[in-house]
Amino acid sequence: MISVHLVLFLVFGAIAVAGAVNLLVQRHPINSALSLIAVMAALAGEYLLLGAEFVAAVQVIVYAGAIMVLFVFTIMLLNAGEEERTQGSRVAFMFGIPGMLLGSLLVAWVVLKHSGTEAVNAGVWDSASIPARSVPGSPETIGPLLFHEFLLPFEITSILILVAIMGAVVLASRPTAPGGPPQKVKD
Amino acid sequence: MTQNPYLWLIPTLPLAGAAINGFLGRRSSKKAVTTIALVFPGLAFALALKIALGFSSATAPYVFQLAHWIRSGSIGLPNYFTADFAFYLDQLSLVMLLVVTGVGFLIHVYSVGYMSDDPSYYRFFTYLNLFMFFMLTLILADNYLMMFVGWEGVGLASYLLIGFWFTKDSAASAGKKAFIVNRIGDFGFLIGLFLIIQHFGSLNFTDVFAKVAPLGVESSGPGLLTAIGILLMVGACGKSAQIPLYVWLPDAMEGPTPVSALIHAATMVTAGVYMVARSHVIFERAPIALTVVAIIGTLTALFAATIGITQTDIKKVLAYSTVSQLGYMFVACGVGAFSAGIFHLMTHAFFKGLLFLGAGSVIHAVGGEQDMRKMGGLKTYIPTTFTVMLIATAAIAGIPPLAGFWSKDEILWKAFEANPAYWVIGAITAFITSFYMFRLLFMTFWGDYKGIQVDDHGHAHAAHAHGDHGHGEPHESPMVMLAPLMVLALLSLVGGLVGIHHGFGHFLEPVFGEFPQAVTEGSGNTEWLLMGISVLFSFGGLALAYILYVSKPYLPEKISTSLGSFYDAVVNKYYVDEIYAKLFVKPLVDGSNSILWQGVDRKVIDDSVNNAADSARHVSDEVRHMQSGNLRSYAGWIAAGAAVLIAYMIWKGIRQ
Amino acid sequence: MVPLSYYLVLSGILFACGVTGFLIKRNIITIFMSIELMLNGVNLSFVAFAAHWHTLSGQVFVFFVMVVAAAEAAVGLAIIISVYRTRETLNVDQVNLLKL
Repeated sequence: MISVHLVLFLVFGAIAVAGAVNLLVQRHPINSALSLIAVMAALAGEYLLLGAEFVAAVQVIVYAGAIMVLFVFTIMLLNAGEEERTQGSRVAFMFGIPGMLLGSLLVAWVVLKHSGTEAVNAGVWDSASIPARSVPGSPETIGPLLFHEFLLPFEITSILILVAIMGAVVLASRPTAPGGPPQKVKD
Repeated sequence: MTQNPYLWLIPTLPLAGAAINGFLGRRSSKKAVTTIALVFPGLAFALALKIALGFSSATAPYVFQLAHWIRSGSIGLPNYFTADFAFYLDQLSLVMLLVVTGVGFLIHVYSVGYMSDDPSYYRFFTYLNLFMFFMLTLILADNYLMMFVGWEGVGLASYLLIGFWFTKDSAASAGKKAFIVNRIGDFGFLIGLFLIIQHFGSLNFTDVFAKVAPLGVESSGPGLLTAIGILLMVGACGKSAQIPLYVWLPDAMEGPTPVSALIHAATMVTAGVYMVARSHVIFERAPIALTVVAIIGTLTALFAATIGITQTDIKKVLAYSTVSQLGYMFVACGVGAFSAGIFHLMTHAFFKGLLFLGAGSVIHAVGGEQDMRKMGGLKTYIPTTFTVMLIATAAIAGIPPLAGFWSKDEILWKAFEANPAYWVIGAITAFITSFYMFRLLFMTFWGDYKGIQVDDHGHAHAAHAHGDHGHGEPHESPMVMLAPLMVLALLSLVGGLVGIHHGFGHFLEPVFGEFPQAVTEGSGNTEWLLMGISVLFSFGGLALAYILYVSKPYLPEKISTSLGSFYDAVVNKYYVDEIYAKLFVKPLVDGSNSILWQGVDRKVIDDSVNNAADSARHVSDEVRHMQSGNLRSYAGWIAAGAAVLIAYMIWKGIRQ
Repeated sequence: MVPLSYYLVLSGILFACGVTGFLIKRNIITIFMSIELMLNGVNLSFVAFAAHWHTLSGQVFVFFVMVVAAAEAAVGLAIIISVYRTRETLNVDQVNLLKL
């Protein structure tokens, strides 16, 4: 039965797949980056369809807005040009691609064969944690979960980000010139 | 019973001496080594004498158990097998004990003088004491297994002592030959032991003989006891140098002369005779085996005697003489006269030991020369040695009333009673024995001295006073060497008198059973007749030797050339060594070379190890390409592996 | 209404594209972007399952995945920059000094 849900799903899905394929096809990395942004935007739409509005927002803000921007900055910084054609790895082509195809086809077949046709959103959400008439994935519902059950992973990830910041700064900094950092001028 | 607690000390005292000298001898003074080397066998001899004096037939056989050794299976079950460290004393082992310890001790004393200049002085006495230990274990053993231990041990000691001067190739090879040929005999011995275990469940003398005794004589055909007997005889052939395993004994003369005297004349080679005598219960019930023993003994006696006529090395003559005399002992055992065989064993120890020691003295006198053609006229230079050698030669030739006459005559008489053919061959062999022994005497001591004037180091120079060993002429041995010679000469003179009126046989009666007396009327006269004939042969040999080597010395040359190729064959010991080499040794060596060395050792063992290493290298050579540093190939492998896992999990899930 | 399996198939397609991109692309940054594509595909399946089982843990997990992806992107790009400084190239086939 055609419903708005299905149509929107197909539209966003088509955009996401097109963006993914474009990422593969394009030669210049900046084009691939822009396609990836398109994919993420489409996925944000998918999340909204699934009732996860907080995740969708975070996807756009953090993923598409911060991480991809970082990628674009790096591409421009390094002045990456079009890819040359160099000899690749035979293994990658001989084993990797068929393997990947096989794996995904298998999974797809199994999934399609064994799952039902009921809608993904059907059913009753846990009414205690979700206030009535609100979208299940809203900040009010995610928040308590995040800060109560998932407090430990939350704190750990914050440390992770700290470490990543430090690592990125150290790794990307210019190697210091011989002579060390400039000395303090003595009065 | 005061005699008995010391029984186990007799073998272990020489073992202690061997251990002390073996571990400490290299750094000890010569005096210390000598003291240790003489004290322990001397004590063993003293203990043996003490036991002999306190010995009474009423308490024999006495078994002294030292310790448990093997306990296999459980009591009551048919597979129960035990063997212990136990010692067995009866008249037979007492006789052997006295002979071994007595003659052994004398030879130890002699060796002090003979080996005094040898750099490996301590090693010699270590081995000699070790040999005494094993020989005494063999004699005093209470079961076949311990006897076998001693059997193998004396083989080992023999190998060590024959190859004593191991830097000489011929000595090392002779040692190997002795050990290997012995081993062949031991194989037969072992199979015989296995048969005994299988059928009688034990190797203990008392047990086995108790079980064998009720069995009947196997006169209708070969049976179990015949098999055991023949197999035991094979072992005896190896150890006591009978046909066909005698070939090691002449080569064993590479060892020092005291070794030849002790091991290859007086004691080790007699182990076979002792073993056959000990197993007489089995042999008496297997007439076919007895016949085999007798025939082997007879043939060996004659065969070796003929070779002895032609040899020119003084020790080789004595070696073949030993083989021949051992043949006599086996003839005695083969006709059932075990006590006569043991009697001859005892007298043989005396005069053959004396002969070897005397030969050693002669060799020492002429500065190391062993070829009789280069000796001669020595009776003026070394009169004492000459006298004792004369006594010994007369003894072995069977001249009455010396020791050899009594024992040899006993054997010939018993042989005649069994089958006159044995007697005929025995008598002819006696004639030949007398001939070649007196030939040895005359060539060595009569005539003119044909050797160059030499001192110890073989340099020829004019005779001048230079101290004891500086004389250019042959000189007498020191007293430490002469004293044992004189003791043995005395024993050769009077040792046979115990045989008068079959006294020796009566002494051994409790062991061997009723000593058969000459009962019938005519046989008493026959005995005198045979005795007379053998005395005639002895003197005949003497006379012939005198003619050929003293009065008409050109004759031997003529006779040998006229006999032509037959003479050549005899001189070359009938080419037996060459035949064995072609038949057995060469195929074995070639087979070992091509099959075992090239084939198995190189191709299988070495190659498998090398190939394992090579294949590891090849595999890693192939696999290392995986680490190419290429990111994409890594990713490819990961993707492929992940796909496999996914497929597997899906398959498992679907299978449900 | 959209069954769960459709979302999963879409997620699988995105993931497959990500793997393919990883295998066939030569520019290291593009390879990195393929990794991000893979992560996105997985995120989608998390959220889909969260909706299917009616729990919110799936969405919270997506949150964490994004955090980790961010950290990883930061550090990874920093590494790429330093590799570019020494190797002067962004071609992954030429950064193969770790071979045997």
